[in-house]
Amino acid sequence: MQWEVVIGLEIHTQLATQSKIFSGSATTFGSEPNTQASLVDLGMPGVLPVLNQEAVRMACMFGLAIDAEIGKRNVFARKNYFYPDLPKGYQISQMDLPIVGKGHLDIALEDGTIKRIGVTRAHLEEDAGKSLHEDFSGSTGIDLNRAGTPLLEIVSEPDMRSAKEAVAYVKAIHALVRYLGICDGNMAEGSLRCDCNVSIRPKGQVEFGTRCEIKNVNSFRFIERAINTEIQRQIDLIEDGGKVVQETRLYDPNKDETRSMRSKEEANDYRYFPDPDLLPVVIEDSFLASIRAGLPELPPQKVERFQGQYGLSAYDANVLASSREQADYFEEVVKIGGDAKLAANWVMVELGSLLNKLGVEIDQAPVSAAQLGGMLLRIRDNTISGKIAKTVFEAMAAGEGDADSIIESKGLKQVTDTGAIDKMLDEMLAANAEQVEQYRAADEAKRGKMFGFFVGQAMKASKGKANPGQVNQLLKAKLEG
Amino acid sequence: MALERCDVEKIAHLARLGLNDGELPRITDALNSILGLVDQMQAVDTTGIEPLAHPLEASQRLRPDQVTESNQRDTYQAIAPSTENGLYLVPKVIE
Amino acid sequence: MHQLTLAEIARGLADKSFSSEELTGALLARIKQLDPQINSFISVTEDLALGQARAADARRAAGESGALLGAPIAHKDLFCTNGVRTSCGSKMLDNFKAPYDATVVAKLAEAGMVTLGKTNMDEFAMGSANESSHYGAVKNPWNLEHVPGGSSGGSAAAVAARLLPATTGTDTGGSIRQPAALTNLTGLKPTYGRVSRWGMIAYASSLDQGGPLARTAEDCALLLQGMAGFDAKDSTSIEEPVPDYSANLNASLQGLRIGLPKEYFGAGLDPRIAELVQASVKELEKLGAVVKEISLPNMQHAIPAYYVIAPAEASSNLSRFDGVRFGYRCEEPKDLTDLYKRSRGEGFGVEVQRRIMVGTYALSAGYYDAYYVKAQQIRRLIKNDFMAAFDDVDLILGPTTPNPAWKLGAKSSDPVAAYLEDVYTITANLAGLPGLSMPAGFVDGLPVGVQLLAPYFQEGRLLNVAHRYQQVTDWHTRAPNGF
Repeated sequence: MQWEVVIGLEIHTQLATQSKIFSGSATTFGSEPNTQASLVDLGMPGVLPVLNQEAVRMACMFGLAIDAEIGKRNVFARKNYFYPDLPKGYQISQMDLPIVGKGHLDIALEDGTIKRIGVTRAHLEEDAGKSLHEDFSGSTGIDLNRAGTPLLEIVSEPDMRSAKEAVAYVKAIHALVRYLGICDGNMAEGSLRCDCNVSIRPKGQVEFGTRCEIKNVNSFRFIERAINTEIQRQIDLIEDGGKVVQETRLYDPNKDETRSMRSKEEANDYRYFPDPDLLPVVIEDSFLASIRAGLPELPPQKVERFQGQYGLSAYDANVLASSREQADYFEEVVKIGGDAKLAANWVMVELGSLLNKLGVEIDQAPVSAAQLGGMLLRIRDNTISGKIAKTVFEAMAAGEGDADSIIESKGLKQVTDTGAIDKMLDEMLAANAEQVEQYRAADEAKRGKMFGFFVGQAMKASKGKANPGQVNQLLKAKLEG
Repeated sequence: MALERCDVEKIAHLARLGLNDGELPRITDALNSILGLVDQMQAVDTTGIEPLAHPLEASQRLRPDQVTESNQRDTYQAIAPSTENGLYLVPKVIE
Repeated sequence: MHQLTLAEIARGLADKSFSSEELTGALLARIKQLDPQINSFISVTEDLALGQARAADARRAAGESGALLGAPIAHKDLFCTNGVRTSCGSKMLDNFKAPYDATVVAKLAEAGMVTLGKTNMDEFAMGSANESSHYGAVKNPWNLEHVPGGSSGGSAAAVAARLLPATTGTDTGGSIRQPAALTNLTGLKPTYGRVSRWGMIAYASSLDQGGPLARTAEDCALLLQGMAGFDAKDSTSIEEPVPDYSANLNASLQGLRIGLPKEYFGAGLDPRIAELVQASVKELEKLGAVVKEISLPNMQHAIPAYYVIAPAEASSNLSRFDGVRFGYRCEEPKDLTDLYKRSRGEGFGVEVQRRIMVGTYALSAGYYDAYYVKAQQIRRLIKNDFMAAFDDVDLILGPTTPNPAWKLGAKSSDPVAAYLEDVYTITANLAGLPGLSMPAGFVDGLPVGVQLLAPYFQEGRLLNVAHRYQQVTDWHTRAPNGF
């Protein structure tokens, strides 16, 4: 049986506002329990919510960035259920009239193609508090610092067909919200959380199969694994004659499997109704226009511009534009270093692997864009070869200074003096007279390989400093002659 | 739309109201009496009428994004039934 | 001193006939002596009151003046008062000392008022007789075997018994106007959004409004002046400037167009009340008003709509009472569900539980459209009726209640019987309109009220008409025997 996988994602992003969505409490992460829980956050009798304008602005920014309809008259609704981390016994969310309607996001697949993923809607809501189960025997401790933090819940259409596509989508959302500056995307701290809806159906079938929801998966790697194990579980279940039951599941990274969430099994009737303590939110066209004017250049536009302005391939452009910090870094390098392709290569390959090795993001790169740009200038003016540049790069990363001072202090200046190279080559060839004779006696094919030997010797003799281009040229001439 | 005992039990559970078995018949009667009153609404033709959620048709005011609250944990927890190390305690929740 | 109105007290304090401390002491003593008969107070805040009284006297000595400076007040026990028990008439909040002041409380304290205590009420404001309070029923000073009305029964009885001249109440379906009518007082429910709901523990958020109860329209104007105003902490608070409510009390009623809805005078209305209403109409005509018949065709559907909307909103508002962060918690909860069910089952009284269940049902899957949405549609029809009527008339007049105060216990077994008493008052809450009840006579020795409704933000007009009426009638000056 050929199976098709259908995946939809609900991503909760914590908006990077100073204060909470309905109260003036701080939103700082990691404070002592309940020190950022005001009367409103605690759901004390008699308190009332007042809406944070920045949350509205950030939601609109997101909506505009995904080309979505903006809910010009959007309404907050109460989602009623009992849980200790939900102080009022209801969550203020949005139901029928969300602030952001239908939009879309383009993702780059591994084979280089672009796929458009639909976004059904995005709405504002308040986050719940946290339950701590470990430290109290027989009891659970509740911390309401997080209660009331603004969330933008982004709901995708069930357009993804593999775990990899799902991850690409999450990464694209992650990059976009960071691009817009509306969310720090810190998944470890819970700033961005993902619920994955997974179902399978026989290839060709139009109706969707029964889906399961995997809640709160908090890293790209886990998202991929969770979805894959769930797909396999569903396939195995059906092929064994069973049926998929609609339920909520949790991913266990230690066992690499999903398991059913016991407490959520009973269907919850949330009894949504418009929150009578809040009035409908009206978004004026002038407000939207000012937001649109203030939007930064977004990934799709940047990718296109990089291809046009810098002559980069679509793939390279996508990689370099994948985060705002990386794109800015790259452009700074080009500004100073002057060669976009060279810059692209260095940023993606050398810098990329360095950052990987150190386990840091580009905003903590030990080599600044200015430094790298300066080094590229020295490659381009032949002061150093590309190979020597790697040494210089390593030294800069180790904090030994800028390219120029390193080249100077380590005496890495490339030898480009034709006369000096000439002399060195003559000496080298003289020392390898036998091989020269063999070369001259050999045919075209064999010569190719033997030439490399002479190049190597020349580099050795010059301690790598001879300009490779000139070595090649002169060597060829000498060997022919 | 008469409620049966099992309906009342479901509603009480949704609302987390603990009812004694003994109270159920009386409550069921009372609820049915109220719903009988409420069902009179069905006689009204409301086709095309927009529901009115707020009496005055105003729109939501927005407040500036500023931190205006400070830590008042001691004051607020002084009236709490059960706390420890600054956390509110409830019977253990298993997820 | 207990016979003095707020206006008279203001003059007495101003010309130093007595001090706030003296007045406060006298009233506290009177409360101690007489309240056991009517049970109108849940908490008496003696120390707080004397402290505030002394502070008010000091402010006055320093040159400050103001109509409310040093005057006594008591708050319905759902207004949060910092450090003081705020019980909502419920076991659920018997141990709840509010950690902050409601805006209404803060504003009146700022104006120098002296808080004598917190008044008794139907539990969580759900009731029309003040029989559902955890702290026992309130008795009507006019006949101790009868109800005072509700849910602001304590606020009404205290003023009727001359324990103090004015109190704050709240009105969701008539809970200021109806007890005012049943106890011979003047009570006003402002326009929705006029008075801040911050700290006013919610029953039905889109219907609740705080307002004054007093013996005269003049006093209501003084108290409303201190209560009204925009509050940024309340999203439903309206940014409408507050006029001087006392300035136009004496304005002429010449040419005032008053409408009498024909639907008001049907079968359910006690004919003796109908007579008294007609008599009050005559008085207003003598003052220059012009009266005509109007129609509010959807009025009959108001009660069912109200008894969906209010319980629905309440069922959600009361979910926060769960024994976790404040209030009543059951003994030794076995698990979380047990904590919730027993804390709420033991903490809430019967009427509250009934309304929570009705509301939960009305919002539940499959019933939302037939109940909640339908009720909101009827709500719009009712508002439309009023808008049309106010194109034609300046004020709408009618009885406040279909019957005078009934005997304690007479309607407590059948919830619906009590609900039907709200027929005249409920529509103003659904439409958000301001309404006032004023004394208009007696039936079997029990007071009867006449209700005035005005367009949005025309509380001044209501007070003006009531004040002029009170200048040519003396119903409002009568006091119950023994008080």
